[in-house]
Amino acid sequence: MSWRRFWQRRRCDEDLAQEIESYLAHEADLRSAEGLAAEEAVWAARRKLGNKTAVKERVWEMNSLGFIESVWQDVRYAARMLRLNPGFFAVATISLALGIGANTAIFQLLDAVRLRMLPVRDPQQLVELKIAENEHCCNGSFSGRRPNFTFAQWERIRDQQQAFSSLFAWGDTQFNLTPSGEAHLAEGLWVTGEYFKTLGVTPLLGRLIESGDDTPACSAPGVVISYPFWQGHFGGAAGVLEKSVLLNGQRFPVMGVTPASFYGVEVGRSFDVMLPVCAERLIEGDNSATKRREAWWLAVMGRLRPGWTIERAMAHIKTISPAVFEDTAPPMYRAELAQYYRNYKLTALPAGSGISQLRKEYDTPLILLLGIAGLVLLIACANLANLTLARASVREREIAVRLAIGAGRGRLIRQLLSESLLLTAVGTALGIALAELLCRYMVKFLNVSLQLTPDWRLLGFTAALAILTCLLFGLTPALRATRTAPADAMKTGGRGLTASREGFSLRRVLVVGQVALSLVLLAAALLFVGSLRNLSALDAGLRREGLMIMGVDISRLNFTSEQRAATYRTLLENVRATPGVESAANTHIVPLSGDGWNDNFEIPGRPLPGHALAWFSSVSAGYFHALGTQLMAGRDFAEHETTASAEVAIVNEEFCRKFLNGANPLGLPIHLISGPGEPDHQFQIVGLVKNTKYLSLREETKPIVFVAESQRKDTPQGINVLVRSHLAAGALTLGLKGAVKKTNPEMSISFLPFRKQVEDSLLKDRLMATLSSFFGFLAAALAVVGLYGVISYMVARRRGEIGIRMALGATRRGVTWLILKEAGWLLAAGLAVGTIMAISSGRAAEGLLFGLKPNDPWTITSAVLLLAGVALIASLIPALRAARTEPMTALREE
Amino acid sequence: MLILRTVLLAPAHGHTIAHAIEQTSDEVLLVEHGSLYPALHRLEDRGLIASFWGTSENNRRAKYYRITPAGKKHLTNERNRWDELVSAVARVLGPAVE
Repeated sequence: MSWRRFWQRRRCDEDLAQEIESYLAHEADLRSAEGLAAEEAVWAARRKLGNKTAVKERVWEMNSLGFIESVWQDVRYAARMLRLNPGFFAVATISLALGIGANTAIFQLLDAVRLRMLPVRDPQQLVELKIAENEHCCNGSFSGRRPNFTFAQWERIRDQQQAFSSLFAWGDTQFNLTPSGEAHLAEGLWVTGEYFKTLGVTPLLGRLIESGDDTPACSAPGVVISYPFWQGHFGGAAGVLEKSVLLNGQRFPVMGVTPASFYGVEVGRSFDVMLPVCAERLIEGDNSATKRREAWWLAVMGRLRPGWTIERAMAHIKTISPAVFEDTAPPMYRAELAQYYRNYKLTALPAGSGISQLRKEYDTPLILLLGIAGLVLLIACANLANLTLARASVREREIAVRLAIGAGRGRLIRQLLSESLLLTAVGTALGIALAELLCRYMVKFLNVSLQLTPDWRLLGFTAALAILTCLLFGLTPALRATRTAPADAMKTGGRGLTASREGFSLRRVLVVGQVALSLVLLAAALLFVGSLRNLSALDAGLRREGLMIMGVDISRLNFTSEQRAATYRTLLENVRATPGVESAANTHIVPLSGDGWNDNFEIPGRPLPGHALAWFSSVSAGYFHALGTQLMAGRDFAEHETTASAEVAIVNEEFCRKFLNGANPLGLPIHLISGPGEPDHQFQIVGLVKNTKYLSLREETKPIVFVAESQRKDTPQGINVLVRSHLAAGALTLGLKGAVKKTNPEMSISFLPFRKQVEDSLLKDRLMATLSSFFGFLAAALAVVGLYGVISYMVARRRGEIGIRMALGATRRGVTWLILKEAGWLLAAGLAVGTIMAISSGRAAEGLLFGLKPNDPWTITSAVLLLAGVALIASLIPALRAARTEPMTALREE
Repeated sequence: MLILRTVLLAPAHGHTIAHAIEQTSDEVLLVEHGSLYPALHRLEDRGLIASFWGTSENNRRAKYYRITPAGKKHLTNERNRWDELVSAVARVLGPAVE
């Protein structure tokens, strides 16, 4: 072989053709000179030369790169074969893509949420500090996503510890970027001076927060912005370091930009802006959590000293615990609580892969989804096996013919192989695309920011599995076919009256498996959909539609408590006067938002079991009317109730049931148990309302005490106005903005439809319902296609037999039944196995379901019926085709 | 070797070579003339012969092959080896036994 020939192949080929023609001409000349007729001479010349094509081919072989050349040929041939069978090709690649894509996508998410290390220096040395869990931890006011420590505790830990070469604390918050009007929020972090030094993160631009920036004096705090914020808010401008950012009404110069890969230490969250912790006092003023010992708002992370193990660090921080908790107890703690507080112990957890709220919440769903995706892959492989088996057995005859006319066995096997490989390659490529799409969809769905990178190991694994399936099932029959004498294969391939059972029984087992697995997935899908429906249709004790939440923040106006109360009152009046508003009310805690306030109480004169704990909410008059909650007895709060009049409360039915054995609550007193220095509260119950859900839809109904907002001595810096209206959201918010402007244009506000809030709280349920139905129905479709394939194949194979039966007097209906019975048996076996599997595997989903048992008989029955119905229709098609067989045609073919 | 010997004296085209071999060997060798061409191309690839297009004795276009210096050397070597082999075989077989 020579490269010259390979590259100039066309010319060489032409050369050779001319050369041969030249030979023929010369030889013919010679022959005619010997006296042969012109035509005779040409034929004689040809005979002399021998097989012209063979000569060309032998020379041509020298022109080619042997192996590569023939592989390319194989691939082209395989592509042509696949193009000729678009149905097979589509089903095979789609099922492969689905299996590979789903697994890769979900594993990517799981990896991002659970396994991957933070993109910082030596993440395995990072450790998070916490207070060891105990039933008395912790009391006070909590803010942020990780309220593990108070500022006083952080200072003690920082000064006492020796286990860490450096450590830092951080807290999260949201900053308002607009000076007034509708709030535009940025995700913010308070970080201590060692934050970046500990993590080992270097700036992309400018400099990052250092120890010198976080001093008690906090003379010139600057803001560090994230890469996305730089791109989004500043358009990636190079001169960003001369700019400043307005945060809650105060300007901070931009100090630096973090690298694009850095998102903080909390997986699933990102930040926009970062300020040194000392600036918290500047922004929050009197409300500053830094000063308050009962304010829990910081999380702490450290880098282990070289040579220290986490166990050693844990032992060390346990010994410094007394020093940390000795004199940092919040002042309002009662003696008993303070004693518990002093006994708190510090502990440490590895934090190399970051920390995440998502982890706790989405662990089970993601693992469950991975399981589902695994089943989809299994079904896809079974489908693939089935299809390739069917094709291989159909092609047994073709292979026999090729062998008979002299094809090499190795070359034939290689060709079948390239077909399988081509199929898997296309399937895998589609799978990668699907994984990308699915991942993006899920991240968007969950509204988290995750850095996803495709996991090539998993992709390789799933693709390898697919290739193996393809090879195993595509090649086994091919090998068998090439091993038998071509004559035998040709004989049985075309002439046998009954199909050989070999290979076919394997296909039956595969179909039974497919049906069983897809039943499991279908049942799971129906369970999750049912659970979501239960949650959505649940009577939460209030009308969800047409309710708008307007969040109001006036902390920047520096009003006194009285001024704030007056502002809220005026605002509510203005809102109520807005056209289109049917009713409106103020509340501090919006139901189902996850915010809550609970307290211990007693009812003088009535013994209550242990610590009586109830949930509280302070609301304005008209709250129940606006929410659509029914007042069962007594009265609503009145507008005239003020701080001067006796404090009143309204309780819900659950409160009566739990604490009063269902007795009439009206007129009874509720005494709040408060700490030293806190004002004493005694409420008189004046009303009884129907039960409502408080924190979330899933909760057990809670005992709730509503108190009058107008009677609170210390009015908070913000409030929520609940507005009921028929207007569309856009028109309503426009009107409400007018009402706000009229009250005080400096207020910062935000809008959220109540419906949206409820939907957001059901995110996990919606995710499970959507994805599991997607997978469930696709799995069922694959199984049905598999069943259809097996039955059609059987019909095709038994054509001769059916012809004879019909010739001997079998009716069309009889033949249809014959085929349907076959399908019915396969289906019944699959459904039986599937039901057992569904029931036994259901427990995995138990925690995620609402109002449904995992082995809910109705759900499983409907899944069985659904699958059986579709599958029977699918097998009816080949059955009817069998019944239409013309006996004479079928027999003549023999 | 036969081809090289044939084109040693003067360049020749495929048809001439085939007939030359056939005739000089008293039609013992070469059954199909077609099998000559792959051999010609192989030799050309190995640089033992070179080719050019020319016009034949009866005015037809034909591809001529001529021997290269490498080809001459190769032929001499092969010739020597062949002679050695033949004489060795002849020695082993001894005089013909009738």
